[in-house]
Amino acid sequence: MKIDWFTVIAQIINFLVLMWLLKRFLYQPILSSIDERETNIKNKLLDAESQKKEAAKAKDEFNHKNEIFNKERDELMQKAAAEAKSEGDKLKENARNEANELKDRLEKAFAEDQANKNNNMAKRLKDEVLDMARKTLTDLSSVSLEGQTVEVFLKRINELQANEKAKFSEALKGGKPILVQSAFALSANQQGVIQKTISGLLKTENTYEFKTRPELINGIEILTNGYKLSWSVTDYLKSLEEDVEAGKKVEMDTNE
Amino acid sequence: MELSPDETIFWQNGFITINLTLVTTWVLMFVLVLVSILITRKLRTDLKISRWQCILEMLVTGMNEQIKEVGLKKSEKFLGFIGTLFIFIAFANLCIIFPGYEPPTSSLSTTAALAICVFLATPIFGIAENGVLQYLKTFIEPTFIMLPFNIISEISRTLALAVRLFGNIMSGGLIVTILLSIAPLFFPVLMTVLGLITGVIQAYIFSILATVYIAAATEESEKKKTRNKRIKHKNQTVIEA
Repeated sequence: MKIDWFTVIAQIINFLVLMWLLKRFLYQPILSSIDERETNIKNKLLDAESQKKEAAKAKDEFNHKNEIFNKERDELMQKAAAEAKSEGDKLKENARNEANELKDRLEKAFAEDQANKNNNMAKRLKDEVLDMARKTLTDLSSVSLEGQTVEVFLKRINELQANEKAKFSEALKGGKPILVQSAFALSANQQGVIQKTISGLLKTENTYEFKTRPELINGIEILTNGYKLSWSVTDYLKSLEEDVEAGKKVEMDTNE
Repeated sequence: MELSPDETIFWQNGFITINLTLVTTWVLMFVLVLVSILITRKLRTDLKISRWQCILEMLVTGMNEQIKEVGLKKSEKFLGFIGTLFIFIAFANLCIIFPGYEPPTSSLSTTAALAICVFLATPIFGIAENGVLQYLKTFIEPTFIMLPFNIISEISRTLALAVRLFGNIMSGGLIVTILLSIAPLFFPVLMTVLGLITGVIQAYIFSILATVYIAAATEESEKKKTRNKRIKHKNQTVIEA
């Protein structure tokens, strides 16, 4: 167990060389790598911090924008709802008006239809009644309905009251011709009888004008200067029509 | 029976002798440097690092922390010397797991060389930190009478360093050799495992003692700096007040 001084010196040199080599290849690279990593981490943390701040800022901005957006959306929704309501009301009003118009039209059409039906019925009634009367009169006394009509009219002229006569005479004073209108064409004989009866009643000579008007329905009328004297089945038919309408109304009320 | 690898001589020419101690040391140096180069060649500075890099970083930062804990603030300055002492001794001792290996630390020449390095490094670092006068002043502290004792202490601790390491490692190797002849199975393995622990502990003790000696030599400078800092801080507080 002795010390070899050459070995001691050599080991000292070896140690110094090893120290230099390890410093060069181990400590320095490792320490600088650690330092670099620490710097990187520090920078990354700083970056993260700044990004965090930016994110927070962006979040705040987003929230703010979101609030504004929500507000605007609510306002638009309210506006749209109000517009929709007003439009709806308008459409409802239009629909109601159209419905009323349609109802009025239908009622009018129904009334017209009813009037037509009534007219037709009156016409049919008149025709039936006249036909029946004509047949009855022909069968019973071999006289025509027209001739009998003229007779009845003449009788009415003759049975005029004094005040009626006065009115008639007054009307003739204008000098206008007496217009005789009848539902059927009067024969020359019938025209002469009518002229004679009126002249006899009023004691005046007058000019006459004869016209045929089928709507008078088996009737005759005298018109002169605002005075009118007439007889026709129309009057009776009107009264019959009125009776029928009254009967219908009573029936509808009973049904309701 | 050979007690030291110094006795195995490969080549000799007068004073120059190439023995097993030197050859083993060169091999160990080569391996250490090669491994360092291989690992540090691909060092990464991002967060994902290799396992080897991680181990080396742990080793280097661990040594750095130990140096700091002993009291040397500028640990990087002393890392080269103290770290190399630890790595070399630990690696030399750990290689006893290879059969037929003779650790160079079981040679008194090697341990003496390392102790001489510490003996020389202590005043060098001390003078570098405090200056020659300040360093020499530490020998007459607390009184002039202590000068011979301080000198003896300086030499004896160096001697102790060399002998402690040599004795531990040599005795470990010797015990294994003796046990091999008495009980060739099992026991030598246990003793080798024990030798691994002893080897690392001895490396730690050697390097930590070297650190303590250097710290003691550079202490004056550290104290002065701390005192100056305190005075500066006080003055600043007074000025601010």
